[in-house]
Amino acid sequence: MDLPFDPLLVAMAAPLGVALAIACGLPKRWSVRLAYVGFGLPFLLALHVWWHFAAAPKVAGYAFLTNYSTGLDALGIGLKLGVNGVGMPLFVLAGIVGFAAGLYAIKSGAERLKIYLLLLLVMQAGLMGVFASVNVFFFYFFHELALIPTFIMIGIWGGRDRNYAAMTVTIYLTLGAMISLLGLIAIYVKSGGGSFDFISLREALAANPLSVTVQKHLAGLLLLGFGILVSLWPFHTWAPLGYGAAPSSAAMLHAGVLKKVGLYGLIQLALPLLPAGMAGWSHALATLAVVGNVLVIGLITMAQRDLKQMVGYSSVMHMGYAFVGLATGSVLGIEGVVLLMVGHGLSVALMFQLATCVHHRTQTFALDEMGGLAQKTPVLAAFFVAATFAGIGLPGFANFWGELAIFTAVWHFSPSFAFLAVAGIVISAVYALRALARVFFGPPSAAFQEVAAKTPPADLSWSERWPAIILLVTLAFIGVWPRSIVRDRAEAFGPSAPPAAILAFDRR
Amino acid sequence: MDISALQHAAAGNAWGAIWPEISLACLALALLVVDLVLPRRGAGLVPNLAILGQVVLLGIMACRANTLVAGETFNGLLRLGRIAAAMRFFFVLSSLLVCILGRIHLARSTMPRVEFYHIVLVVAAAMMLLAESCHFLMLFVALETVTVGLYVLVSYGRTSALTLEAGLKYLIMGGLSSALLLFGIVLLYGAASNPLLPAATAASMHYADLARFLAANPHNFLATIGITFVLAGIAFKVGAFPFQIWIPDVYQGAPTPVTALLAVASKGAGVAVLLGLVRFVFAPYAWLVVPILSVMAAATIIFGNLAALTQHNVKRLIGLSGVSHAGFLLLGVVAAARLPMAAGAVTFYLFTYLLASFAVFGVMAHMAGPADADQELEHYAGLAKEDPFLALILAVGLGSLAGIPPLAGFMGKFLVFVAAFRTGHYGLLAVAIGGVVVSIYYYFGWIKAAFFESWRPSADATARPVRTAPDWVAKVALGALALASLVLGFYQGPLGGWLSRP
Repeated sequence: MDLPFDPLLVAMAAPLGVALAIACGLPKRWSVRLAYVGFGLPFLLALHVWWHFAAAPKVAGYAFLTNYSTGLDALGIGLKLGVNGVGMPLFVLAGIVGFAAGLYAIKSGAERLKIYLLLLLVMQAGLMGVFASVNVFFFYFFHELALIPTFIMIGIWGGRDRNYAAMTVTIYLTLGAMISLLGLIAIYVKSGGGSFDFISLREALAANPLSVTVQKHLAGLLLLGFGILVSLWPFHTWAPLGYGAAPSSAAMLHAGVLKKVGLYGLIQLALPLLPAGMAGWSHALATLAVVGNVLVIGLITMAQRDLKQMVGYSSVMHMGYAFVGLATGSVLGIEGVVLLMVGHGLSVALMFQLATCVHHRTQTFALDEMGGLAQKTPVLAAFFVAATFAGIGLPGFANFWGELAIFTAVWHFSPSFAFLAVAGIVISAVYALRALARVFFGPPSAAFQEVAAKTPPADLSWSERWPAIILLVTLAFIGVWPRSIVRDRAEAFGPSAPPAAILAFDRR
Repeated sequence: MDISALQHAAAGNAWGAIWPEISLACLALALLVVDLVLPRRGAGLVPNLAILGQVVLLGIMACRANTLVAGETFNGLLRLGRIAAAMRFFFVLSSLLVCILGRIHLARSTMPRVEFYHIVLVVAAAMMLLAESCHFLMLFVALETVTVGLYVLVSYGRTSALTLEAGLKYLIMGGLSSALLLFGIVLLYGAASNPLLPAATAASMHYADLARFLAANPHNFLATIGITFVLAGIAFKVGAFPFQIWIPDVYQGAPTPVTALLAVASKGAGVAVLLGLVRFVFAPYAWLVVPILSVMAAATIIFGNLAALTQHNVKRLIGLSGVSHAGFLLLGVVAAARLPMAAGAVTFYLFTYLLASFAVFGVMAHMAGPADADQELEHYAGLAKEDPFLALILAVGLGSLAGIPPLAGFMGKFLVFVAAFRTGHYGLLAVAIGGVVVSIYYYFGWIKAAFFESWRPSADATARPVRTAPDWVAKVALGALALASLVLGFYQGPLGGWLSRP
């Protein structure tokens, strides 16, 4: 508890400092050593925040609250850091996934490793910052800070079609970010409070709520902008393309953590600040999420013949559950979304890592050209099975609780949506288990036999195991004790604005 | 002759208040003297003296920033406000950086040296006066000093046909814009000194008197036309649609340091003048000024970005991207008509634009060969491998121009967007957002040319001009620019504080 420094600031600044040191021309050996610090320190501090969050003194729901002036106080812009009940789980997620992705990247032997690590560290700094910011400006700022390196990493280290993918992802996501920026500026201006501070915005808007029409417009703007960022159907087309091309650590961080920023923004800003507006969109959002993301994308996922594309599409599909949980607007639904975000972040990062491990052994992502890998690499197979189970939401893993809470909330919201959403579970079980069977079991394909004859596949090395173990242990830990990470839901929204709409939904 | 009138006039002249301008002009003269006295050693000494002198000047100005704000002086010719003070830093900084670019550029050619630095310094001093003027006479005299200096500078590389073409085009277009401006000023002067109208004034060139007249006659026909012409004249300088046609050719033909001067300082001067006029003088005519400038801003953003998409010559590309930046600046100016905070936002934007642009121009100066106008995107292939330092500076500069956090350009755009939102220009904002997304495409295309292709062996490495390796002065300058772009994105510090105070 008594750290001599602000854990949130250091967790954000440490990777940035290491990145700066690498940029200044540190030799490679030292760059790699320092990179361990750059990824490890946020990880440890995230665990520290997780452990001490319940007991920490809170101001308006925020623990570890500190304010640093950046010279624009007159405009209500300042680096204000703190975590509340919604921010803390995601902050922890960023720390853990970042550490796993970092460990994997350090040992990945990528070309130009120094620049690769540098970009990944910048991304990590942005991710630690975005969930710790209590200021809309810095929330957006850190999001972009984390987003930019993905573009570059896809462009340089990407696989197939990297130039096309880099450009598409850049333009698509910049558009989404710009639209959400517009929405955020709109909230700031319309609130009349003259502050970008989450807490002051809440207080200002709780005192004088905006008219329902304005709320609807602003919520629509935010849903569109954040929807693009979180790959809401039909704005999802960048996601499989980008993830298919992105190098593994970048995909782990982006799909695992960065994509959650849009949902986080909707929960942290749109729901409490524009409750009536979000309620007005709830049916449209739920329809898009269930019919588009869950069912349509679910069926598309089933048709995939490429392992990485399949993981990319499945992450788009799971965002549908998150959106429908959000659409219910109930505390239970939001709680489920937060849990699902954490669970999905961990499991999708694990899947991307393991998919790359499979690729190293089979030299291909095509499912038809694999088979029988389990006999040669039993440990990899075991990890993959566990990751698949976590991904489809079997009990014992974090995703289960998230999906359960969401389905319960959706049932209260509209039973027909609940039926459709649960049907998605069957779809995801089908594609995930089929992929598992194709890769690891059954007779090896002729193509794979050729590859295996040339380079006999070795089992997971320890440098590949550690990241997977970290992710899997966290998944299982939250799976058996979900309350450790999602709590204080009333405080999460701040005492000044427990949004009436949300509570009303809950009581219904 | 009546001595007391002269004494009265002299008493109003606060020469001490314009010491930076005077120092800059003296430095410009000193350069000529040095070249005259030491004709042999002068060639090496002059650029260093110019750079050193301006660094010292900037240092003193920063230490004594409060003396730069002195209110109205010289009997109402100049007004030294906070924004003007910031703009004085802006112009000295620009001319300092242009001198550094000139040092790189002129080292490659046989052109005369000392005149270049001399004219740049004089132009910078005149721009400072331009940003401070609150009297149309002062405005016009300062503007002509700037323009005449730029005529010479644009056609400085006399041996290149493209440069001469650029010089001619700039001369004709500059003459035309001065004529438009002058015509507008005369119409306003005539309208405001009509004794039949309320609040008619003899001193109708003076901003405050003119503003009083305009407030008393909010729909005067002559004044309406005059204001339109004044705006058109300044739009030429800023490079706003539909007065941007000269930009690609002139930017391409002018020597790179002069292109930088045009792109940054000249644009900044135009915007500073526009800010002063829109906020104080033309405020009663907001019904006219705001729609004109709004349409202009939207068209400028759309045109600049779309036209830049297809460019392969980097000088034309940066010129057209500069047009789109003029659009974003105009967006802020439109907001400033109603919101004082917007003026600070625009000035902040200008500073971020300066830092980023000069970083890019610095890289361009190193990349250019003997044929200065011929700088193609393909020449950047392999830059990241051969000279990572320049590639990094280029990435920071272009990223900041594109408005990507955490770089300063994002802060500039953000503040301008906030200002525009506060004044309710939603349609313009939508256009601006679209413009930002489009701009990402060509800025990234440039970065891509320098970074991504380099992983493949480039086929025609011999076809591109020989690159100059940066010496230590250039390294320090470019490093400082990139660092400032980075820091200003995180921490706006004293500059933000200075500009956000009323």
